[in-house]
Amino acid sequence: MENILNALVVLANFVLIPGLAYGSQIALGALGITLIYSILRFAHFAHGDIMAFGTAFVIFGTWGLQYLGISFGPLPTALLALPLGIAVIILYLLTADRLVYRFYRRVKAKPMIFVMASLGVMFVTNGLTRLLIGPGERRFDDGQRFIIGVRDFREWTGLAEGLALRGSQVITVVVALIAMGLLFWFLNRTKSGKSMRAYSDNEDLALLSGINPDRVVWITWAIAGTLMVLAGTLYGLDKSYRPFTYFMLLLPFFAAAIVGGLGSPIGAIVGGYIVAFAEMGITYAWRRFFSHLLPDEWMPAGLMQVLPVDYKFAVTFGILVVVLIFRPTGIFRGKTL
Amino acid sequence: MSEHALKPSANAVLIGEAMTGGYGNGPDILHDCTIAVEAGEIAVIVGPNGAGKSTAMKAVFGMLNLRKGSVRLNGEDIGALTPQARVRRGMGFVPQTGNIFPSMTVQENLEMGAFIRDDDIRGTMEQVFDLFPILRDKRAQAAGELSGGQRQQVAVGRALMTQPKVLMLDEPTAGVSPIVMDELFDRIIEVARTGIPILMVEQNARQALEIADKGYVMVQGANRYTDTGEALLADPEVRKSFLGG
Amino acid sequence: MSINIRNIVLFSAMGLALVMTGMYQSWPLALTILNMALISAVMALGVNMQWGYAGIFNVGIMGFTAIGGLAAVLIAMPPVPEAWAAGGMGAMLGLMMGAATIFAAILIYKTMQPGKLRGLSIILVLAVGYILTSLVYGPATHAISRVDPAATGFLGGLGLPVILSWPVGALMAAGLAFVVGRVALGLRSDYLAIATLGISEIVIAVLKFEVWLTRGVNNVSGIPRAVPRPVELQTRDWVQGLADRMGMSVAEMARIVELVSYAILFTIVLGILIWLAEKALNSPWGRMMRAIRDNEVAARAMGKDVTRRHLMIFILGSATCGLAGAMMVTLDGQLTPGSYEPLRFTFLMWVMVIVGGSGNNWGSVLGAFVIWFLWVQAEPLGRWLMDVLTSGLGADSAVRVHLMNQAAHTRLIMMGTALLLMLRFAPRGLIPER
Repeated sequence: MENILNALVVLANFVLIPGLAYGSQIALGALGITLIYSILRFAHFAHGDIMAFGTAFVIFGTWGLQYLGISFGPLPTALLALPLGIAVIILYLLTADRLVYRFYRRVKAKPMIFVMASLGVMFVTNGLTRLLIGPGERRFDDGQRFIIGVRDFREWTGLAEGLALRGSQVITVVVALIAMGLLFWFLNRTKSGKSMRAYSDNEDLALLSGINPDRVVWITWAIAGTLMVLAGTLYGLDKSYRPFTYFMLLLPFFAAAIVGGLGSPIGAIVGGYIVAFAEMGITYAWRRFFSHLLPDEWMPAGLMQVLPVDYKFAVTFGILVVVLIFRPTGIFRGKTL
Repeated sequence: MSEHALKPSANAVLIGEAMTGGYGNGPDILHDCTIAVEAGEIAVIVGPNGAGKSTAMKAVFGMLNLRKGSVRLNGEDIGALTPQARVRRGMGFVPQTGNIFPSMTVQENLEMGAFIRDDDIRGTMEQVFDLFPILRDKRAQAAGELSGGQRQQVAVGRALMTQPKVLMLDEPTAGVSPIVMDELFDRIIEVARTGIPILMVEQNARQALEIADKGYVMVQGANRYTDTGEALLADPEVRKSFLGG
Repeated sequence: MSINIRNIVLFSAMGLALVMTGMYQSWPLALTILNMALISAVMALGVNMQWGYAGIFNVGIMGFTAIGGLAAVLIAMPPVPEAWAAGGMGAMLGLMMGAATIFAAILIYKTMQPGKLRGLSIILVLAVGYILTSLVYGPATHAISRVDPAATGFLGGLGLPVILSWPVGALMAAGLAFVVGRVALGLRSDYLAIATLGISEIVIAVLKFEVWLTRGVNNVSGIPRAVPRPVELQTRDWVQGLADRMGMSVAEMARIVELVSYAILFTIVLGILIWLAEKALNSPWGRMMRAIRDNEVAARAMGKDVTRRHLMIFILGSATCGLAGAMMVTLDGQLTPGSYEPLRFTFLMWVMVIVGGSGNNWGSVLGAFVIWFLWVQAEPLGRWLMDVLTSGLGADSAVRVHLMNQAAHTRLIMMGTALLLMLRFAPRGLIPER
């Protein structure tokens, strides 16, 4: 019995809890991708870079607050700086829409032209981020690191294995759940949210019903921007901030959105957790887990790791390929435009 | 043939008079075409394929560049307005295809129909549910999952949510079975009985003229015959050329 | 090609910019820019084949370039006999077993009836194959990487002339493109984009972490050269004579001669490729490709196998990128897996093609030259710009120092702005498609 408990603690500590946090971060990013896709109808390649840009402002805000001696008690100061980052990003996205995307919307350009334009925005954003905060790694987490420490856990339970629950992990999951809850409330209960779904469903009829397309697009950017800054800040608190890493998150974001079904918000969330748990599960060395369950003489020699951590993108890619081959519309039938 | 029908009375709710024009800068499709609907009546546009029936209706709705002619709603010239602005002025339009929001529930479809309204819409929704009782039962179901006839009811219901002064239907019975078609026509008569004038383009000319107060037979973008539905059905020439004998 | 005044002026202006660089900055710098511009032009041709001819959106150019670079190592580096003795056979056997596993799984998928049994069989074959493969592959590759890790730690190559790696790099990239294309072509264009983005990251991961193959982040340096090194050139009489006559140091002249030699090699390759690409574009085949691009539905209705045509052009374009990748590693003389980043190797290529004029081979070449030139010269330009912008701040202002240090990043902003401006105001590029 104790062996099983030990194995479960190992599983929770190294796969389940980090996976839940990572999955929440991916889900937030993928939600943004999927919303932009269903309203503006293109694959938003600047997502990772704008996320990095917004998070940079959260970091500046955090530094400013720290300099002023303001803290958020046991919670990270960054949470207080979130509104700054969100405001800057919404303003930035609306400016980008006005200067870049609106024109292509007016001339009804093909989706690929939008994608090209988003590459241009990606370059500019990437340059601005590096100019402002530099390409290096930044840490901005403060507040209470651990809610449960490994040693405390061992003392309380008397188990051989310890479990650490970091504050950033709990905050990630809680903030993500609140954000998702609010998003679904907005989409399903408010007139503006419903008008967004209507526009996504049938653009012409939405226009005929008197829905203002520009307003729908602005709301979409605002929501996507908020989700980006949330995802970026939570990822930075949980792991660390580096612009290039954020750019690379594009792959799991898109994989999650496609796996769940592009255009489906629930799909993006489910896809986010699938991608996260697959990445964690396949790159985790299961030796320690099985050492509690199997007799010593049964234990194989290796780490019992399917793929090294370096190949986590291969896992994402693998899931993507399997979905593309067997169910191209994703789990929750997305749009096929 | 009654002459008065060709000269629509001044109190027509909606009239597109002597319309000439086409899509964009393309060639003219309509030639001096006049379509009107008066208070409390059902007007039907029929004619062979490619006669410009739907085009005439779209011209009235502002989706076409008119080079000549005018469109008036309750006597007011609305020729310069966009389709969206015409909706706000009280024109309800049900397109032939893509006339519902498939992933949204029936009730949400109706709510979106009333998007431009800021007042309480519950009363109107009850009226729509009274007209189309099946929608009340299916109010929480996604509209895309309904049958063809039910979807058309959603589409008409959506357009009614703005409490329009006139309702325009573009081939409401396209692609539905004859039984469903009869049922839909019954519903349309009921809508008309509530006092909303209806302008309708129809492929099924005989059945449509049976319920029509006024019928327009169009050929090659121009009016050919205009009379009451009854008179057109009785006209041997119309029967021979357009109703299959 | 339509020789018109506009195009001649554009290319002459580009040439003049390079000459000015040589005169006012330095000739080796001008030639270095020229060489990378030539390689970029080859890559841009590859991208243009996919996007300009066929409308295929490939954002994994970096992966195809990198796999071409790997070819340079595998062809030109001398073999390491100790490493081969330690685990060469095991690694090869492991790779073959891995391939056999995947092949077996595909075979089951193709031959068995759909159902639970098939799914289970595939999972079983994959699991058993994976375990057996890793039992062979793991120890063998580990043993290889333990052989004198400071100097080798990898299998080395075949010890053949490095030029041979150019076609081989193209072939390797073509093989990769075949696999990716079979999976993702025929689906929506966004899906192909994401799939190529993923595969390029995987290729880089392989290059970084399969130490037995590439030495990983330790880099493979000292790849045999395609032309004599400057050190050798310095001893030649004619180089010394030339240096005297031009009033340069012998060392500088030797460097210039080396760079010019590469430039000649690259120009030959680029010339052949343009000739082939133009021939293809103006052939019935090229017209068909563009017809497919402009109206896929109609082309399908006419009975064209669009997916097959797309696969073909995807492979050709990717092979061209692989060729360029091998050329680049040849020029650098080393493979540094850590230096491959998508902004520089994938997205910059896109800027080149869009700015140059998608669908036009000469446009892509010009775009590659212009953008690469700007990319290199943007750094001094950015520094100057920052200097002017922050001049009011006082020499030791922290903001000014920070911005000056990051000034190099303004090149990204410039590239993005160039792309956005072209897309908006001249969407057909500098040299539009005919």
